[in-house]
Amino acid sequence: MSTLSERILKGEEGSFVDVKVDRAIAHDGTGIQALTAFREMEAKKICNPERITIIYDHIVPANNSTTADLQAELRRFAFERGIDFHDIGSGVCHQVMSEGRVLPGEIVIGADSHTCTMGAFGAFSTGVGASDMASIWATGGTWLKVPETINIRLEGRLPRFSEPKDVALRYVGMLGADGATYKAIEFTGENDLGMEGRLTISNMAIEAGAKAGLFYSDAETCRYLREYGMDAEPQKTEDCDYVREETLDLDDVEPVLAVPHRVDNVKPVSDLEGIPLDQVFVGTCTNGRYEDLKRFADVVRGKKVKVRTVVVPASRAVLLRAMETGVLRDIVESGATIGTPGCGPCLGAHQGVLGEGEVGLSTANRNFKNRMGVGAEYYLSSPTTAAFSALRGEIASPGVRP
Amino acid sequence: MIGKVVKAGDDIDTDLIIAGRYLRTKDKRLWAQHAFEDLDPGMSSRLRGSVIVAGKNFGCGSSREQAAIALKEAGVVGVVATSFARIFFRNAINRGLPLFEVEGPVVCEDGDDIDVSLEDSCVETGGKRYRSLRLSDRMMEIIDAGGIIELRRRDL
Repeated sequence: MSTLSERILKGEEGSFVDVKVDRAIAHDGTGIQALTAFREMEAKKICNPERITIIYDHIVPANNSTTADLQAELRRFAFERGIDFHDIGSGVCHQVMSEGRVLPGEIVIGADSHTCTMGAFGAFSTGVGASDMASIWATGGTWLKVPETINIRLEGRLPRFSEPKDVALRYVGMLGADGATYKAIEFTGENDLGMEGRLTISNMAIEAGAKAGLFYSDAETCRYLREYGMDAEPQKTEDCDYVREETLDLDDVEPVLAVPHRVDNVKPVSDLEGIPLDQVFVGTCTNGRYEDLKRFADVVRGKKVKVRTVVVPASRAVLLRAMETGVLRDIVESGATIGTPGCGPCLGAHQGVLGEGEVGLSTANRNFKNRMGVGAEYYLSSPTTAAFSALRGEIASPGVRP
Repeated sequence: MIGKVVKAGDDIDTDLIIAGRYLRTKDKRLWAQHAFEDLDPGMSSRLRGSVIVAGKNFGCGSSREQAAIALKEAGVVGVVATSFARIFFRNAINRGLPLFEVEGPVVCEDGDDIDVSLEDSCVETGGKRYRSLRLSDRMMEIIDAGGIIELRRRDL
């Protein structure tokens, strides 16, 4: 009996396998590096350009001439070589890929650490560096070590105001920042998590050091993919040996925060109420989906935020849907500002990085020292906690009205 | 290979190795100059000929290959740690930067001499020898070629 990773990679735990890559992803940040490496390899042609995707999301639109030149070079290359290219404004690569571009059982490799996001579909999806990506462009394949697997059973239903992000922070806190290094995590259990919630949970597997974070595809996966015109099959679970087994009762998950500067430093929001904030940021591949924007809008509708607030939809599709349903209007009317679909300030380059000594609350996935502003502090939370905190101008528990 | 110890702690993330604000360039020297800037602004000047001795989970976080490139360019001979984050691990191998994963902490101080050997899978300092993880044949093939770029240039 095998883990899902063993079945997809066709090898036993601990063995090295050479695999063909079903979908390779790079963005404007790592894609430039990959292009340099590809040229240094003196590779003649791209293997399977239709399986290679480049999505501009890190600094969009370009913030200065240097960035613009680098982006222009990669853009030209992508057009010349027939690569599946998505320009500025398309969205965060992981969100764009989740909109009907990945199927259960596929092997997805991305030059970005949060490529583990696509594990939500039952794909084996993991991050590599730029030279590995260049090698995949040149050969269509790569080597992987089949990981051992940690099982986390997610049982029950989340209470009101608790969200998939709280689940993600809870398991990262439980495992620690290196608790799953070299390993995969399989999320199983009886729960009612939808695809958007699973994407949030798989997304943060890397914050525990995991190579991948997988859900078995089921009726919900198939329903979601059908909306994009894709046929998928449910994956059956098998009895298999896990290196560690944990259970999270969703009914007991309360709203939590990751306290600077560690993602695994997780505390109940109620313990930190009243910390004054300079900025709230909602977005990223973790929490920039339509459901996240709606959660935020549902709280701030008809009210005004008391702190500067940046909202960045994770993709053009998310932005469009938020426009159509009025969610975007609610957010703008509350006093928040909207950024171009993409990573926003998450990587610390633009669109709302903090100044020295400032304190922010963010729905992103990393609160590393100086990452989103030199000398700043960032707490990580769910969109609903972010919304209640934005209305108060300080960290606030969801449900406590200002 | 013998180098001088430069110590680092646990969970050193790639943002600390090279901050995101320096990534929009292809200038390797710039990354080397600013390596570890947010951890210790004086650290980059001590990296030439050094062996970094860290705790667990070295290189966690972002997949940025510039972290491995910065260390290589700055003249780091190798990195010793009790564990590495896996993407950094791949990147370092791909860039020909030797890594030594050891079981327990290596007892040493900044500036000590340390001898590291991939062939023998060991690290030696202060008169004590520590076994390090043996790399797979595939990884050794990449390192022996001088990195994955050189390997592909040879094979493609």
